[in-house]
Amino acid sequence: MASEASRLREPLGVRIALRVVTIGYVFALVAVPTALVFKNAFSDGAGAFFDALKDPSVTHAFNLTIEITVISVLINLVFGLTMALLLVRYEFPGKRVLSALIDVPLSISPVVVGLALVLVYNGRTGWFGPTLESWGLRIIFSTPGMVMATVFVALPLVIRELVPVLSELGDDQEWAARSLGANGPQTFWRITLPGIKWALVYGVVLSLARSLGEFGAIKVVSGNIVGQTQTATLVVEQKYEGFDQTSAYAVAAVLAAAAMLCLVIVSILRPKEDSE
Amino acid sequence: MSIKVSNITKTYGDFVALDNVSVDLPTGQLTALLGPSGGGKSTLLRIIAGLESADTGQVNIEGTEATHLPPQKRNVGFVFQHYAAFKHMSVAKNIAFGLEIRKRSKDEIAQRVDELLELVHLSQFATRLPSQLSGGQRQRMALARALAVEPTVLLLDEPFGALDAKVRKELREWLRRLHDEVNVTTVFVTHDQEEALEVADEIVVINEGRIEQIGTPDELYDAPANDFVMSFLGPTTLIDGKLYRPHDIEVFTHPGIAGSLPARIVRELRVGFEVRLTVELLDAAHEEITVTVTRATQRSLGLRDGIDVWLSPTHGAVPSMGAVV
Repeated sequence: MASEASRLREPLGVRIALRVVTIGYVFALVAVPTALVFKNAFSDGAGAFFDALKDPSVTHAFNLTIEITVISVLINLVFGLTMALLLVRYEFPGKRVLSALIDVPLSISPVVVGLALVLVYNGRTGWFGPTLESWGLRIIFSTPGMVMATVFVALPLVIRELVPVLSELGDDQEWAARSLGANGPQTFWRITLPGIKWALVYGVVLSLARSLGEFGAIKVVSGNIVGQTQTATLVVEQKYEGFDQTSAYAVAAVLAAAAMLCLVIVSILRPKEDSE
Repeated sequence: MSIKVSNITKTYGDFVALDNVSVDLPTGQLTALLGPSGGGKSTLLRIIAGLESADTGQVNIEGTEATHLPPQKRNVGFVFQHYAAFKHMSVAKNIAFGLEIRKRSKDEIAQRVDELLELVHLSQFATRLPSQLSGGQRQRMALARALAVEPTVLLLDEPFGALDAKVRKELREWLRRLHDEVNVTTVFVTHDQEEALEVADEIVVINEGRIEQIGTPDELYDAPANDFVMSFLGPTTLIDGKLYRPHDIEVFTHPGIAGSLPARIVRELRVGFEVRLTVELLDAAHEEITVTVTRATQRSLGLRDGIDVWLSPTHGAVPSMGAVV
């Protein structure tokens, strides 16, 4: 009946027009440009593509990107989960302020995030920078600062995936587990976590994709030193500006493929959730 | 006394959910906490379970001071209105949960789960997920899950509130039989007076955070402590400032009974076997009174719109004492 109703709702012309506009929009903005990146990456053949990736500065950049991404995603996973639980399950003063602050990274330009971190942590004039540097801990122009910048920009993703699912899940199941004798950790591992696992996976994948692709904040805090603090996205920019287009497109294609792979894995895993 | 609640007060901001409530619930009984929504009955149940904490007052369960114990240490079974089924676990796993937490042996758990599945008539659904069960089946599963850990008390929060009328009726008869079988001290919250009257050994009527009356269903129905209890337990009608049950008023088609009041039928509404008559007194005030008669009485007396009748409270009808609520 429902399909019958929707079939009758719009005249044929309108439906075709809607489809053409939607598909055309997605193609022009997403599909065609992304496809062209891949086409250009292989324009000099697969050999040139793999040679470009074997360049030591490129491999170093990929390793650094992976390192920063893994650390950032782990941090965001733990803190995202904690913050989401705190926001949904507990009442405390300042909760609304905290909730609003969590969205700040979504609205602020990453470049501003990078500059802000430099102001606080730089080794000469920053608030904490000189003190930390005297302890031998370098933040800016080094991996810790890059991790911080990446954590910052991807901060809301896990939380915003989890909050609605946790609210919808309610606390009845958790209370039921408590009344059956489960303590806090048992309730979390056996009841809460299985209930939110898909939201968690989705949040992690989104922050993974976001962390892989971070550019603006990283560029400011890293100093973009080739072979040291240069990540994959920074390599793309540098190669592109240096007219080494094949390398630029090769690295870009790998980044795009990794992000797409994440989304594909999730969409393969997700339908199982309903049939489970 | 199995559960002893003393001087419990609970407020949410300005709202007083429970106002110095004390009640003793004896071992082995099936007690109903009855009252309108927002009257505090669910809050009291959740405080007994440890799901909420009282501002002041004590809870004592089977001689153990439980006021500050977390829920997992009170050994109470709790059944929620919306089942609180563990959605990612099979029916059998749901029931086994409390036993697994208590690290019982695999064999013992399997055996106990089988017994409980039998008890709640869900044996053939053991491997199903809760989403594949009907509401009534889910609630029976939740009951079995709560009973699995052999709680000292079983607490049910509007257990049948989310079910349709027919299933609700079946389940409450079943709950009564189940209670007679397992005999665990049981407290259930309901706003449905029929449910409380039908199932409970004892009813605690709670309204606006206070206990209005405690008694057996008969005591409450026959000797309500005040107008609130009287009107909450069933329909009432007002004659001369006193509340009567509409079925406790006799209707005559001729005068002559001492003290009977002349009146005229203005409306009739038939619901199944009973007929609700709206009658207007033929005195100065023209008060409207509701009288319920059976279909048979209506026929034999020829009661219909517009005819004159004489009303007299049935011999033995107890009007409410008219305490101001």
